[in-house]
This record gives sequence, structure tokens and C-alpha cells, in this order.
Amino acid sequence: MMLIHCPHCGARDVTEFTYGGAGAARPADPAAADDPQWADYVYMRDNPRGLHDELWQHSAGCRRWIAVRRNTLTHDVIATARPGELPPR
Amino acid sequence: MALCAPPSNPNTLIVKYSIVSLLRNAFSHHEQWPLAWRSPPPKPEYDVVIIGGGGHGLATAYYLAKEHGITNVAVLEKGYLGGGNTGRNTTIVRSNYFLDANAHFYEHSLKLWENLSADLNFNVMFSPRGVLNLAHSHADLEAYSRRGNAMRVNGIDAELLGLDEVRRMVPLLDCSAEARYPVMGGLLQRRGGTARHDAVAWGYARGADSRGVDIIQQCEVTGFSRSGNRITGIDTSRGHIRAGKIGLAVAGHSGQVAALAGLRLPIESHVLQALVSEPVKPVLDTVVTSGAAHFYVSQSDKGELVLGGDLDMYNSYGQRSNLPPVEHAVQSLVALFPCFSRLRMLRTWGGVMDMSMDGSPIIGKSPIDNLYLNCGWCYGGFKATPASGWCFAHTIAQDRPHALNAAFTLDRYAQGRVLDERGAGPFAWAH
Ligand SMILES: Cc1cc2nc3c(=O)[nH]c(=O)nc-3n(C[C@H](O)[C@H](O)[C@H](O)COP(=O)(O)OP(=O)(O)OC[C@H]3O[C@@H](n4cnc5c(N)ncnc54)[C@H](O)[C@@H]3O)c2cc1C
Ligand SMILES: [Zn+2]
Repeated sequence: MMLIHCPHCGARDVTEFTYGGAGAARPADPAAADDPQWADYVYMRDNPRGLHDELWQHSAGCRRWIAVRRNTLTHDVIATARPGELPPR
Repeated sequence: MALCAPPSNPNTLIVKYSIVSLLRNAFSHHEQWPLAWRSPPPKPEYDVVIIGGGGHGLATAYYLAKEHGITNVAVLEKGYLGGGNTGRNTTIVRSNYFLDANAHFYEHSLKLWENLSADLNFNVMFSPRGVLNLAHSHADLEAYSRRGNAMRVNGIDAELLGLDEVRRMVPLLDCSAEARYPVMGGLLQRRGGTARHDAVAWGYARGADSRGVDIIQQCEVTGFSRSGNRITGIDTSRGHIRAGKIGLAVAGHSGQVAALAGLRLPIESHVLQALVSEPVKPVLDTVVTSGAAHFYVSQSDKGELVLGGDLDMYNSYGQRSNLPPVEHAVQSLVALFPCFSRLRMLRTWGGVMDMSMDGSPIIGKSPIDNLYLNCGWCYGGFKATPASGWCFAHTIAQDRPHALNAAFTLDRYAQGRVLDERGAGPFAWAH
């Protein structure tokens, strides 16, 4: 069973959370971004076999979005934080 | 799940399987059957190297040899044949798609399935027992009649069933007014059904091998050497292999292997699980699916109920099962078929799915001149196996897609030509 440590509520079962995918950064200046930049942001993924920084919502808890660093092969949760506040790798 | 391939025997003779060969081998107690394919060491160079010895890679090699006369071909598999998703899936075969490109492609596949055992001289146990999608609401019925009409316009069989017809067809289904998921009817494709997954890998392997293709197991691709915009060779756990053209057919590991070539793909890897019950006498002679419950069930030839449900819903390369989706599948089974409540579950497993961002596959050229892509199969790639290999072989041999896979290009995402059957948007796990 996968436990995710919500920074606000503590360790909770994965079934309390909704997955939000890789937290890729939006183009900084949306009006200036061209089609290839948007396509890259919307569709292309790194999809690593190993460490992955992602967003989850604690939907059956505090309902806040959190950042999770997880290993996609072992499912180990390495670190959790408020969005944008994961420590550097 | 697949069995390991037999050890190599260089003296393999190709025997046509028939009643005559069966009788002849009965006299030697079935101990003299030749191996179904050779296991040669890799040669230093091939015209075409296919990476991935699942159904898609093996079918590609088969059709390269059979349809295009290209036989200096190797299939490189890091584990054993069919040990990926080919040997882990729930074997449902159908062509009940709404969008034209998907409908024509999957219908071509279904037509190949219908003659596959004869074509391969290998029994893939294709069993067109029908695939029934249950409608639980008026909205479901409307959506299914729309889909069924689209299928019929494309020349594909589809029947919209009312409640009484569903009840007659699946007597054990809870069709009562008190049912947890009330049944209002369903969409039936009678020509759909199931097939034996391992046999598909083995049949294509034998067919390809007999035409000269080298099938090389325990051979993991670990890197590529480049010259300009071409790949010149492949680093593997069994040495360096030069290749004229390279076809990538590694399903859930597409992101990982593409990254070795410096490519990013519109794909995420997610784990999908399935489970089987203890075997029982024949009780269910069709495939039943419920979109509302996110669940489907059929009965295997061995008598087990084969259950499947949702993805685990987060990126994963873990080829194993986790409990929450298993619980969901069992709850759905019991809600639809209360009579199965005392069945024990025998085993569960998982496979890594190559979930594309629009739910449809990619078969085509890549940004690298001599690298071709076959990926993005989501949960539906088993039924695609024959047409996927057929179209991929055409694309590699001719260096351009066939009309049947012309829409499945990598650049469709940037060009806004996505093929999103469900209209679910760019979320890999939502398709
Ligand atoms: C639980 C489950 C249920 C499913 N149910 C259905 C269903 O009912 N109907 C349906 O149509 N589809 C279903 N699918 C999907 C279907 O199984 C797949 O889409 C299909 O089998 C993909 O075939 P493939 O040949 O592309 O991939 P695979 O069979 O996965 O083959 C890819 C191969 O590439 C190899 N490989 C990976 N990396 C490397 C490397 N670096 N070097 C060399 N080799 C490598 C792997 O070992 C693997 O054998 C299901 C999948 C799962 C997991
Ligand atoms: Zn919380």
C-alpha cells in the first residue's frame, strides 16, 4: 500500500489522493510561446523509469495540491512538499 | 502468463503442424517435436532490427519477411518472447471504435485475426464470442447508438441490444431494477472476442523464424550510436549490432528506449492490472464490459474468470499489482454478477502500459531518419497486434505509412490532429 505524506495532514493512504501528473512548468510568457513550445508543454513527457516529480491533490483530505517526488519503478515516495517547494535533487 | 522459451537447437526443422504431423509425433510420445524457432547468436549487422519481442515486434518481423521480402532482420528482446504486455493482457479483441482512423485500423486487425491461425499454421485460439458493452443510463444508450451507427457506416458489425436481449444473452448478470448498476441495454460486436496471448507471440515468432528472421532473447538494448541524423548501430547486452533501419516496439518502455536515442514522446508509462478467479464450469460465453463501473470480465478456456479494471492512475514502471484497483475490480464484478461473490481470486499481475496523450497509437516515422516508432497502445494493443505489425512492416519497408496508419503520426499532436476517442484531453491516464 502506498502512503503519501501530505505536508498539511500527515501520512495518508494513496486512495485519498488524485493524481495530477508531472508538474511541468507552463511557458513563462504564454503570449510569446509559439506552437511547438505549447505542444511540448501539453503533450511531451520525460516519462522516467526512476525519480519523478509530480503533483497530487489530497482530494479526500485537505483538498490541497501537493508536490511529490516518487520512484516510478519502486513506488517509493521520496519527498513531499507544497507545490514548487521540493528540495533540489 | 508466458512460459520461457525452450533452449536453442540449431538443427530445428520447420514442420507444418497438421493432423498428419500430430499422428506421426504421437508414435514418439510427442518427444521429438522440433523447436518452434531457432535462437541464433546475433549477427554483426542486419537490414532491419526490431527492438521488442512482444506481439507487435514479432508480427512486424513476420510481415517484413512475408509481405515485403525483407528477411535479414533481427528481433531483440531483453527478456523472453511475450514476457511484456503480450503475455499479461486480458486478450480482448474488437474493432468497436468511433473515429474513422481507429475504426479502419482495428477492423483491418480483426480481419487478420479471423484468418490468423490458418495464416500462421499455429492455433491462436481466436474465439469470436462477442464483446458486449453494457448501457446503464439513457446517456449510455445514446452514446452507444451513436458509436454503433458510426461503426456500421464504416462497414463494421454492431448491434444495439435492449434489456431483454442482454438478459437472455448474459443470464447471470443482475438485470433487476434493484441492481447497483441498472442495465438498460448494450452495444454488441459479435465478431469480437478473445484469443490466446502466448500463442500469438509464439505463432508470429515461428512464422518469422521460418522465413529467416533471427529472434534474439535475453538481449537488452542499452544505447544507440549516431552519425548525423541516422542511427548506425545499437548497443546491446549481447554486443554491438549495426542496423540499416530500426523499429521500436517496446510498449511500456517506449519512453525509456526513446530517451536513449534522445527523443521525448507524448507517452506516459502506467501500470494496468488484471486478475483471475479459480476455474469454474462454463458460465459466461461472451465478454462483458461496463464503462460506468470501469470494469470488464470474460471466462478463459481454463474456466477462470478474467477481470480487468482501471489503471492505478499514476506513472509507473512497476510490473506488479497493487491492491486498490484489485478491490475495485472485485467490487464491480460482484455488483454486476452477485452470484460470483463466493469465488476466490487466484492471482493478480500488472503490465506497464504505453499511455499516449490522446489514447490512440503512434505507428510511423520519427525525427531520426532510420528510426521508426510503434507505441502508445494504451490498454488496447493486443487486439491491434496483427494490423500493427502489418502497418509497421509497410512503413519500415516503404519508408512511408500505409493509408491505414497514415493518421497515427508522431507530429499529429503538435499539428492538433489528435485522435481522442473519449474526448478526455491531454491526460495520459484518462484514456
Ligand atoms: C493487464 C492488461 C490487460 C490488457 N488487456 C488488453 C485487452 O484485453 N485487449 C487488448 O487489445 N489489449 C490489452 N492490453 C494491452 C496489450 O497487452 C498491449 O497493448 C500489447 O500487448 C502491446 O504489445 P507489444 O508487443 O507492443 O508490447 P510487449 O508485449 O510489452 O512487448 C514489448 C517488449 O519489449 C521488450 N523490451 C523493453 N525494453 C527493451 C529493451 N531496452 N531492449 C530489448 N527489449 C526491450 C519487453 O521486454 C517486451 O517483451 C492489456 C494490457 C495489460 C497489462
Ligand atoms: Zn492533506
